Amino acid sequence: MASLLGRFCRKLVVPGSAHGSRMTSTTACGSETVKSLNLYSAINQALHIALETDPRSYVFGEDVGFGGVFRCTTGLAERFGKNRVFNTPLCEQGIVGFGIGLAAMGNRAVVEIQFADYIYPAFDQIVNEAAKFRYRSGNQFNCGGLTIRAPYGAVGHGGHYHSQSPEAFFCHVPGIKVVIPRSPREAKGLLLSSIRDPNPVVFFEPKWLYRQAVEEVPEHDYMIPLSQAEVIREGSDITLVGWGAQLTVMEQACLDAEKEGISCELIDLKTLLPWDKETVEASVKKTGRLLISHEAPITGGFGAEISATILERCFLKLEAPVSRVCGLDTPFPLVFEPFYMPTKNKASSSSSLSSPSKNTHFLIHGFSRLL
Amino acid sequence: MATSFSATLPLHGSQENRLLLPPIRLAPPPSSFLGFTRSLTIPSSRRLYHAHAARRSPVVGVQEVVKEKKVTNSLLITKEEGLVLYEDMILGRSFEDMCAQMYYRGKMFGFVHLYNGQEAVSTGFIKLLTQSDSVVSTYRDHVHALSKGVSARAVMSELFGKVTGCCRGQGGSMHMFSKEHNMLGGFAFIGEGIPVATGAAFTSKYKREVLKQDCEDVTVAFFGDGTCNNGQFYECLNMAALYKLPIIFVVENNLWAIGMSHLRSTSDPEIWKKGPAFGMPGVHVDGMDVLKVREVAKEAVTRARRGEGPTLVECETYRFRGHSLADPDELRDAAEKAKYAARDPITALKKYLVENKLASEGELKTIEKKIDELVEEAVEFADASPQPGRSQLLENVFADPKGFGIGPDGRYRCEDPKFTQGTAQV
Repeated sequence: MASLLGRFCRKLVVPGSAHGSRMTSTTACGSETVKSLNLYSAINQALHIALETDPRSYVFGEDVGFGGVFRCTTGLAERFGKNRVFNTPLCEQGIVGFGIGLAAMGNRAVVEIQFADYIYPAFDQIVNEAAKFRYRSGNQFNCGGLTIRAPYGAVGHGGHYHSQSPEAFFCHVPGIKVVIPRSPREAKGLLLSSIRDPNPVVFFEPKWLYRQAVEEVPEHDYMIPLSQAEVIREGSDITLVGWGAQLTVMEQACLDAEKEGISCELIDLKTLLPWDKETVEASVKKTGRLLISHEAPITGGFGAEISATILERCFLKLEAPVSRVCGLDTPFPLVFEPFYMPTKNKASSSSSLSSPSKNTHFLIHGFSRLL
Repeated sequence: MATSFSATLPLHGSQENRLLLPPIRLAPPPSSFLGFTRSLTIPSSRRLYHAHAARRSPVVGVQEVVKEKKVTNSLLITKEEGLVLYEDMILGRSFEDMCAQMYYRGKMFGFVHLYNGQEAVSTGFIKLLTQSDSVVSTYRDHVHALSKGVSARAVMSELFGKVTGCCRGQGGSMHMFSKEHNMLGGFAFIGEGIPVATGAAFTSKYKREVLKQDCEDVTVAFFGDGTCNNGQFYECLNMAALYKLPIIFVVENNLWAIGMSHLRSTSDPEIWKKGPAFGMPGVHVDGMDVLKVREVAKEAVTRARRGEGPTLVECETYRFRGHSLADPDELRDAAEKAKYAARDPITALKKYLVENKLASEGELKTIEKKIDELVEEAVEFADASPQPGRSQLLENVFADPKGFGIGPDGRYRCEDPKFTQGTAQV
């Protein structure tokens, strides 16, 4: 239990950066200058580069002018002017719809929604307009230039309306892409890819990592391809799939499992829609076991989609049922956050995890049942 | 404590007169309402709405209520009322100051939004309501709950996340509910409470007109200037005017939505004008003066109780602290802050009470001391209260707690002893 400090550590070592893992991203190593940045600074850099390279790109949203409540947009208004970086009134539906219009006319609109919890008024515009624009106009118009950025996920004290993870709702919509970075370096590359991708992208940033995660981030313009999952850590006994802030928790669990002799393969999905089925499939065919973990409530979460697909593709190679360790089916609680979060949840609904074993590390529960 | 008004209370003697008051003056030509963006000065004059008789639904203007205090011969409040108002505002201020202290000591957590400086609006309106009237608020709801009658202990415990809080520690700062006092909640999402308030107002109207019950309840919805650019606000103005609901929309215009100035984000910053566009009176009032707010509130509440429909009241006010306790409050001009600090509603009321010999300094000091003790006691109570049991996490998701489903071991999930043992530890 004490080892699962992922959520409460001060500066975290970001998964993948210190384990000599295979990096499949296109970052240049060694020759380019890197700087130690946290997540919001990396995103800030990405936005600076995006606005610099395309004169018809705009950043707008609530409070972006002074830098935003998470400081992701600092310096943009001063550098690029109020015509390109501006505050909007408090109307998410209007903001996103306005962004769709800009994108339809060939601009790049980077919309900031202040918290992912506030994205629901805009859900109608995203699902009914952004996702279907190219389709229903017969490719005459498209809103590929639209990128919606929103901080998501638990932050320790957010409560009902500052901690939600709505990625599952958006993964059900054909026509948009959903991207979630796990660390500063990933965030910068993925955000630049998302902005330049010819499809509308919803980009969720794990708000808990804004200050906590620090990593060496190259200063130049680089992109990380979308729809490519990455194996952060190789192993042979069980495959773990996750995204965003949850990976830091899973990384800790992997380290603990290693002490018990279980070798874990950790995959960062990065893009949830469309997701990289091949990488996960190859990994599960190697290990035979799969565990998916996310903060959102378990029922109908994105883990269900991964589970169903992998079952279809790898049924004969699976040695145990696919396991999901996720948040509970309640609204995101305030005081009960430590119990809700899939770190300490003992009553997961997955059958392979409810073990009467005395071992308090619940992921080890899962491992010991699966092996 | 709350003054209750009967529907037949004649304001100015004449009951058959549909207009509330003596003939309304023409509105003065609109000078620049809030000054230019360079100097965010705001003239403190009140505005009128000129009623157009040709309208299909007679939109009744609201009078220019409070003239300069020196001019009137009679006082606006009695001594008892004055003391009640003073006590309520002091309670709001002390409570919020204590919240800040507790926050920085780590006793409460999460996002906390304080109401310092805006007490006149809460006290001015809510002290006119009865227990069965409903109030719907925003995330800045501690003082609304307190004015409505929720005990300081319950609010403080809720902030600490304890089981004795008004919502059993489930929601925290932004979710103050009270069935007993008809506080329909704080809402974290801006504008989210306004449709809820509209529905609540419909209930009272339905009870009165269809079910023929004796129901004069009104609903008061509080929200800010930023909300007035949100779709939900307009949808509800339309519905309320269409159905003639007993609701009062109170805009607490404190000019800032976190870091966004109201003047720079609104095409027409005069929010009161949006009322007539939907067919209801719109009034602008100085929200730093509790007596002026109270007079306007009396009118609006009486209108609603009589079944004449909704009113939009814009209160020009200011928050002395940042948006939340996490906000460093660097964006606002110091001169603007100083200007409003000089118009502190509590000092203004104190001055009024003392100058008009309604209360002595000593009496007011006694009230302040009493409130200080009350708030201290609330903190002690909250500290001593237990934290919620872990099983509370699964309760109230559905009406039937067993509706949560059966766990893999065949038992109801919320009764799983492995899960429900122990207490929540934050």
